[in-house]
Formats: sequence, C-alpha cells, structure tokens
Amino acid sequence: MISIHDLHASYEGDEILHGIDAAFPEGKISVLMGPNGCGKSTTLRSLVRLVPQRSGRIEIDGQSADTYTPRDLARKIAYLPQSRNVPDIAVRSLVMHGRFPYLSYPRRYRPEDHRKVQEALEWVGLSDLADRKMENLSGGQRQKAYLAMALAQDTDVILMDEPTTFLDIRNQFDLLDRAKQLARQGKTVIMILHDFEAILRYADHVILLHDGSVLQEGRAEDVLRSTSIPEAFRVTPVFYQGDDGLHCYVHK
Amino acid sequence: MSSSNRSSTENKTITLIAAAATFMAAAALLNICLGASRISLPQLWEALLSGPGTSAASRILWYVRLPRTAACLLAGAGLAVSGTVIQKVLANNLASPGIIGVNAGAGLAVAICSGFGMYSAWVIAGSAFLGAMIATFVVVIVARKSSASRTTVVLGGVAVTACLNAVTETIIVLIPDAALANVDFRVGGFSAVNHARLVPAAVLILAGIVLVCTLTNELDVLSLGDDTAHSLGLRVNRMRNGFLTLAALLAGATVSFAGILGFVGLIVPHIARRFIGNESGRLLPFCALMGAGFVTICDLAARLIFAPYEVSTGILLNFLGGPFFVWLLLKRKDKHK
Repeated sequence: MISIHDLHASYEGDEILHGIDAAFPEGKISVLMGPNGCGKSTTLRSLVRLVPQRSGRIEIDGQSADTYTPRDLARKIAYLPQSRNVPDIAVRSLVMHGRFPYLSYPRRYRPEDHRKVQEALEWVGLSDLADRKMENLSGGQRQKAYLAMALAQDTDVILMDEPTTFLDIRNQFDLLDRAKQLARQGKTVIMILHDFEAILRYADHVILLHDGSVLQEGRAEDVLRSTSIPEAFRVTPVFYQGDDGLHCYVHK
Repeated sequence: MSSSNRSSTENKTITLIAAAATFMAAAALLNICLGASRISLPQLWEALLSGPGTSAASRILWYVRLPRTAACLLAGAGLAVSGTVIQKVLANNLASPGIIGVNAGAGLAVAICSGFGMYSAWVIAGSAFLGAMIATFVVVIVARKSSASRTTVVLGGVAVTACLNAVTETIIVLIPDAALANVDFRVGGFSAVNHARLVPAAVLILAGIVLVCTLTNELDVLSLGDDTAHSLGLRVNRMRNGFLTLAALLAGATVSFAGILGFVGLIVPHIARRFIGNESGRLLPFCALMGAGFVTICDLAARLIFAPYEVSTGILLNFLGGPFFVWLLLKRKDKHK
C-alpha cells in the first residue's frame, strides 16, 4: 500500500503541490487526472523521489519512503516517465536494464534475470522482436518495450505518466488492457490519463487534482459526474448507456 | 530462438573484438618495425629476447620505438574510451574530449606545470587530470544552467577550449624554457615521449579503462535519461560526475605525455558503434582496441608519408578529424529534415 500525507513539493522554489493526501489501493488502477499544470506529474514523480519534497510524508507498506535507498525504492516502484529517450540498443537489452536494481557490482546478469526478462517480453508480446533495435520499433512497440522493462523490475507498484500519449487508439486500448491485467495480478497501478472515456472504462479509483490540491477522490463514475469536473476543466461530461456499459463524451 | 540469437550476437562480439585486437597488434608491430631505420622481424625477436643492448636495432627498439608505440596505444585507448564515456553521459554524439575543452584544460595544466618548473611526471599527469576535470565540469555546469541543446554544449566547449588554449599559448610565449614550444605538444604527437612521462600516465589510463569497463551497466542505464535511470535505482548525479571524472582522468593522463591530440575521442566511438552497436559492455573494449590501433597507424603514417620529414601525429588526426566532424554535422542535419 502506498499513501501520501499532506505532501508539499516544489520546483526551483515554486510550490507545486499544496498538501496532497491520497492513498492508492493494491490490485487497482488509480488514475490521477486534472487540467495541465495541476500537479499530476509532480505527484507521480514525488512517489519516486524525483521531486524535492518540502514537507509531508509518503508511506510505502507503512514505512516512510525516505528510509528507502534508491535501489530499495526501485525494487518497490517502477516508473514510466512521459518522455523517454529512444536508446540505440536492442529491445532485450533495454528490458534487461529492468533488472538493474537487483544486481550488485559489477552487475553480471544471473539466470533468474534472463528468465524474468524473457517472461516480461512474452507478457507484452515482444519476444519475437527482442533482438530488434529500439529505434526500429513503432511508438506502440516502444511503449511495450518500456512496459516490459518495468515488469522485469518486478515491483509491487507501477507508475505511468500519460502512457497513452502518442499511441493510436488500438495501442491505447491494448496498453490499458494490460494495465488492467497487472492490477488483477495484485499490482498497484497508478497512471495519469486525460481521456474521460478511458478513465471511466479502466480506472478503479480516481484522484482529481486542481491547482496542486486534491479536488475530488473516489470511483471513476462518481468523480466524473461530480461538479468538480466543470470546475477544474470548464467542460461538461455527458453520459450515455451503451450495450457494453456506461460511456462518456465531453461537451464544451 | 532467443538464446540462439543471443549466442550469435555474442559470437559476433567476440569476432569483432578479436579483429580489433589483431588490428591493434598489427599496428603496433608495424610501428615498431617501420621508420627511418627499419627493424626486421628476426632483429626484433633478438632485441626483445636480449633486452636493451648495444646494437643499433636494440637501442632503437628499447629507447625509441617501444616507448613511442606504447604511448600511441595508451593515448588511443585512453582518448577513445574517454570520448565514448563523454558521448554517452552527455547523450551527445558530437561531444569528445577535444571538442568540449577537456584536452585543452589538461593542456593548460601541463603548460602551467612545465612553465613553473614542476617536471615530476606524476605531478604533470595529476595536474593534467585536474585541468581536464575542471574544464569538463565548467562546460557541463554551463550547459546545465543554460538548459543548453546538444549543439550549444559543443559551442560552449569550443569557447572554453579557445580561452584555455589562449592561456596555454601565452605561457608558452612568456616562458620559452617551458619546453612546450614544440608543435608536438600543441597539436599532439609522440616524438618527445619518454619512459618517465609514460609510466604514471599508463597507470592512470589502464586503471581508468579497467574501472570504466566494470561500470558498463551503469553507463547504459545513465544513457536512458535521468528519470528512467533514477527510477532504476541509479544515483544519477553521483554516477554522472563519476563518469565525467573518469573521462577527464583518461584524457588528462593522455595529454600529459602526448599533448593536445584532437578528434580521436570523436572518430573512434563513431566508427566503433557502426560495427558493434551502442551497448557499453561491447563498445568500450572495442573502442579501446580500435583507438589504440588507430592512433598507432596514424603515428606510423605521420612518420612515413613525408619521410624523411616527420609531421606530428596530431596534424594528421586534424586532417582526418576536421572533415569527419563536418560530415557528422551534415548527417545530423539530414536526420533532422
């Protein structure tokens, strides 16, 4: 279980988060949503200590995140940033880096590492492309390669910063379906999403941020139907019942 | 399927590294045997077995060709590995010790040492390392403060290089006894190499290369970008500074005996990557061997092309490196179209 208590965080002196409280349940997809600049990425980055924390507390399994070494934290939380390099290496080599937190100097891979990497590649469906260079993959395949790296990291928690950006609609659904499977396996999945329909369909738990504070928290449908959405986004979601469940589109 | 692909990659790596080692050995042998006075293979064998002796071939071998060839090998390996590390850490394929001011910083330190009468080889090698390190961190800090693009980092390096070279030139002019007023130091070369200068630098270069080769995983993780590297448990700033220090150590130690030798750290990593890819575990040893062979061949060519005249190795490297750098810039432009 990972939770945030009264978190204040800042970039270069400017406070971005003004006392965030949130808890991310295990085995669920938690979505951070909110307008641009509201502190979603900062919250996510705070969880892996990429942002200086001014005050407050982050707890991982009841223990303060401050007590974790970078290596211990990397064994607990995998993080997929929004913008990433496209390294000039093979897919398998990238995924092997997911085992980095488990290796001690001089970091020679063990049979267990190769096994975990192969499992991760197969799980995302990239084992046939494992020896292909990253730069020769499509955007969707690169995203899967990074997801495989996060899986090889073998953590309880996976953070994804806008993982569907730059993906076509088929790859967006594919990635979100896989996130759902990971949650079913018991992992805590925390991601940033913008698309209301995707949030409604995939999120178990939604935290709506606005101006560095939590505006609303709860089930996806409850948050999307609340008055906080027009307040934060100045748009109105419209709901309709389809054959396969509730859907949502946005009215300007 | 996957394990057979892996073993074929490993076989290819072993073949390429063996080829690079053969290239290096052949270059060393040619550099030892060829020159104003030739040493035949039987003479070489005899002189090696008998140790430094009185025959002309023996004296040429032990006091001229062997130190010079060892210097070429060390300089090539040191600069090539330094360049590879700098390019990876800065995620910038245009960067190299000669271009971002590392060599110039080391050169200034050597000029200061020589100018003020500090001739201990260890002091000179240590100072060159410090000079290289200070120049490296000045460029990197300026780049980070200004959120500079990759090209701006190179321009910053050019500015720092120009300033440092100006101070070096001033020292050479004001203190002519500094024994640096020879072309070999300014553009890099091996005609003035001696055992005393070489030994401390050799220790630093070999130790530096071995250490870097044990940190290849860290180097590759660092080149994934700061956020990803951090999320994999790497202490990013500490590792980046550590790698830049090692790169400065390698370049500085080289400058302490070979002068300001340009372009090796740019050309060799680029060519090496084309053959063996960008993964440090394979790239760094390959670069070290290729760099050693490349500089040795360049030194041989510099001695033979205009024989009986000898040009500095650095001049030849500049002839090759200048057009290569322009080609790299044009290639980047094509890529960005």
